[in-house]
Amino acid sequence: MSRLSVNFAGIEFKNPVIPASGTFGYGKEYERFYPLSKLGGISVKGTTEQLRTGNLPPRIAETPSGMLNSVGLQNPGIDHFIAEDLPYLKTKDTVIIANMAGSTAEGYREVAEKLDKTDVDMIEVNISCPNVKAGGAAFGVSCEGAAEITRIVRAATSKPIMIKLSPNVTNIADIAKAVEAEGADAVSLINTLLGMRIDIRTRRPVLHNNMGGLSGPAIFPVAVRMVYQVANAVRIPVCGMGGISTWQDAVEMMMAGASTIQVGAAIFADPYAPVKIAEGMEQYCIDNGINNISEITGTVQPW
Amino acid sequence: MDKYTQGLYPVVSKKTLAKEIYDYTIYCPEIAAEAQCGQFVNIKADGFMLRRPISICGIDKEKGTLRIVFEVRGEGTKALARINEGEMIDIIAPLGGRGFELLGNDKKAVIIGGGIGNPPMVPIAEHYGENAVVISGFRNASAVILQEDFAKTGAEVILCTDDGTAGRKGFVTDALAEVLEKDKPDIIYACGPNVMLRRIVEQADKYGIRCQVSLEERMGCGVGACLVCACRTIRDGKEYYSHVCKDGPVFESKEVIF
Repeated sequence: MSRLSVNFAGIEFKNPVIPASGTFGYGKEYERFYPLSKLGGISVKGTTEQLRTGNLPPRIAETPSGMLNSVGLQNPGIDHFIAEDLPYLKTKDTVIIANMAGSTAEGYREVAEKLDKTDVDMIEVNISCPNVKAGGAAFGVSCEGAAEITRIVRAATSKPIMIKLSPNVTNIADIAKAVEAEGADAVSLINTLLGMRIDIRTRRPVLHNNMGGLSGPAIFPVAVRMVYQVANAVRIPVCGMGGISTWQDAVEMMMAGASTIQVGAAIFADPYAPVKIAEGMEQYCIDNGINNISEITGTVQPW
Repeated sequence: MDKYTQGLYPVVSKKTLAKEIYDYTIYCPEIAAEAQCGQFVNIKADGFMLRRPISICGIDKEKGTLRIVFEVRGEGTKALARINEGEMIDIIAPLGGRGFELLGNDKKAVIIGGGIGNPPMVPIAEHYGENAVVISGFRNASAVILQEDFAKTGAEVILCTDDGTAGRKGFVTDALAEVLEKDKPDIIYACGPNVMLRRIVEQADKYGIRCQVSLEERMGCGVGACLVCACRTIRDGKEYYSHVCKDGPVFESKEVIF
């Protein structure tokens, strides 16, 4: 699949398709469907300093063309990830992106320092989880907060770092510029949009956390717009995500300015979605005489 | 490592068991060969993003079929109910890291189903046959399903309805109390609303009888990756969110915090 190979922030990906953090666990479940080597990379479940038990259920609600979730970063903690999950993942012939968050700025430093000593390929820094009170989105919604976390993680590791941006902001391009200035190697966007549903019989929010993150095809146009804005504001590469479920969506996202793409909620409907998207993109290249998929990045011609 | 199978399989039989309750037999030999009692299938509903997890009501390894019985609860299950005999259904199965543990069929079991919690209990009744007592509860006569299936197994069947329009009037827990006073089974199995499960577990604990419960929670992926279907359990003496799809859907009652 050389037509699909991309160099992203200095890392070689065999294709630009990456299952998004939180939708793919640590890969083991999906290896029961297909070899993980078919994927460009895997952004693993977000990992924090310590074990987190996550939010009270219900944690999911279906919405028109999408879903809300409020998992709350349930994970076994960074030490467990490094000891138990990473060695297994590293044998799978795909790029391993460690998605991480901290409950404090110091927590981000601690996790980044630990990841720096591993053979993980890249670090995705989540400053945009809408489902945890401490940390996460608290940093991602201001230029100062986003810059602070980037500075801390940059100082803690020489590995490529990609900052995952929140769409729940006034101007996402400003945040992207702030993290670029602090040495981020790439940005990924968008995380979920903050949403809410209420059960009208009980007058209770459907999610126990009251609010949660909206994902799925419903948010795709918002994601395309934000990727377009960010790609035109920064020089570092952009990993685009938010509602991608077909190869056509992936091509569109790349035309908006993405160099790689992540697939999330679509995997719940079809576990094979990332594989089918990569196959569809390759056929698209063949049909259109494109030698390498990177040629389409940012090629939208605005009116 | 066991493989998960996702694919399109034909519905070879569709029946209506009661108002808004449907009974599908699906021809899927490779899935039927692997499936175990208490596991579930995750079904794509046309026009909906999230699949619908439905428990397995019958496994016929020789014919290569699975049977599922589900109730229309919302728009998604309504879409599932539009699939007709001869049409294809998109399923991922068999899912569930842990189904019901069946003891030797010379052991005695009490099997309790509440409402749409009855379907997964049929294969258990088939296993224990005459050594089982099935307590099957419903809101009213129009909701009663699967009584012939239970009767065919040779088990003693006690039908209860909340309003007494079929079988005896009262809850399954009333019937259970009477059964346990007379005789103590080796194990109790239960599936139904959480309130019902909690009261059953209280009785099982009172007599020190092992009890397995099948839980339900809203799911995302169905395979253990997305972590949304959390349920409160005790693990290594500490409270822990297990996941219904992968750690269950069947749990030992002692593990569950109701």
